[in-house]
Amino acid sequence: MEINKLNEMYLDVLKELGNIGAGNAITALAKMIGKKVDMHVPSVKILDFKEVSDIFGSPDTIIVGIYFDLEGDVKGNILFALDLNSASSLIWNLMGLEVKGEFSELERSALEEIGNIMAGSYVSSLSTLTSLNMKISPPAISIDMAGAILSVPAIKYGEISDKILFIETQFVEGEKLIKGDFFLIPDINSFDLILKTLGVEVDGK
Amino acid sequence: MENKIYRVGMADAKVTQSPGILTTIGLGSCVGIVLYDPLTKIAGLVHIMLPYSNKISDNSNKLKFADTGIQILIEEMVKIGANPKRLVSKIAGGAQMFSSKINSDIMNIGERNAIATKEVLNKLGIPIIAEDIGGNYGRTIEFYSEDGRLLVKTIGYGSKYI
Repeated sequence: MEINKLNEMYLDVLKELGNIGAGNAITALAKMIGKKVDMHVPSVKILDFKEVSDIFGSPDTIIVGIYFDLEGDVKGNILFALDLNSASSLIWNLMGLEVKGEFSELERSALEEIGNIMAGSYVSSLSTLTSLNMKISPPAISIDMAGAILSVPAIKYGEISDKILFIETQFVEGEKLIKGDFFLIPDINSFDLILKTLGVEVDGK
Repeated sequence: MENKIYRVGMADAKVTQSPGILTTIGLGSCVGIVLYDPLTKIAGLVHIMLPYSNKISDNSNKLKFADTGIQILIEEMVKIGANPKRLVSKIAGGAQMFSSKINSDIMNIGERNAIATKEVLNKLGIPIIAEDIGGNYGRTIEFYSEDGRLLVKTIGYGSKYI
């Protein structure tokens, strides 16, 4: 299947997947920090590569990116992205540690683990829904320019397509102390399988 | 020509002539390749994502790859008066953004991009006069066609001209 040929119905199905997955991930986050977290309606973005680095405004905006390979029946990757203030707030909420300047090894490791719990909830709910085997790799963190971080999932897509598809869900903690983005970036070749198990006819039109 | 800044995105390329400035912001595992004709002061920048265009199912965007991207950049530069025999290059990027705990070939893509870039330039007989490759951090680069300086900016690793 080609990305350009995805019609509205497929996009709605993908949005709904984002809704269910991110809903579970955000419930896990809310439990961790003991606060209410709201999520926005997921959006499916199909972008040219040259547009990808602008997702966070400027490509040199510094973000925290926690990356996972998606393995099993469905391939792809997951990127959990936070701005620096949100990452600091999360660490404060969870560990009572105030981040001063650079993130320490302990703080980076804590962020990886938070990402791990959220991404794990995300895929386990999708796995249950589709009866497909989906697993995540160990987390890997990078705190750097948004463009540089986003290049990693984009490159993976570059091997199979000229455009990249993200299912993006934004979330905010009550007083907007924490806001973040959750990207599910499924391998285009896994679409047919996902849609088929959900009973959506894929006829290539 | 005015002193204009041309921004190059992923899988994208631009050419200019002095005093134009070429920039790519937030270069990660990709490689930014600047070609420069010092006599006419014509410069080009391509931001490649992957090493080679063969064995790839969808390769309609030739700017994605080191081999075809560099080739197209040369053609575009020649169109506005550069001499391919005079070209020199400066390259930056090819980082490994995430730690190698994940055992997949996407994690060493930066290194593979850098190797392919050097192979292609070498094959074309274009000397690499400066490079800033590898590491685990992103780079923003700015090339000044007026004098051939390439500014490399990082978060936490300083800035330098190469």
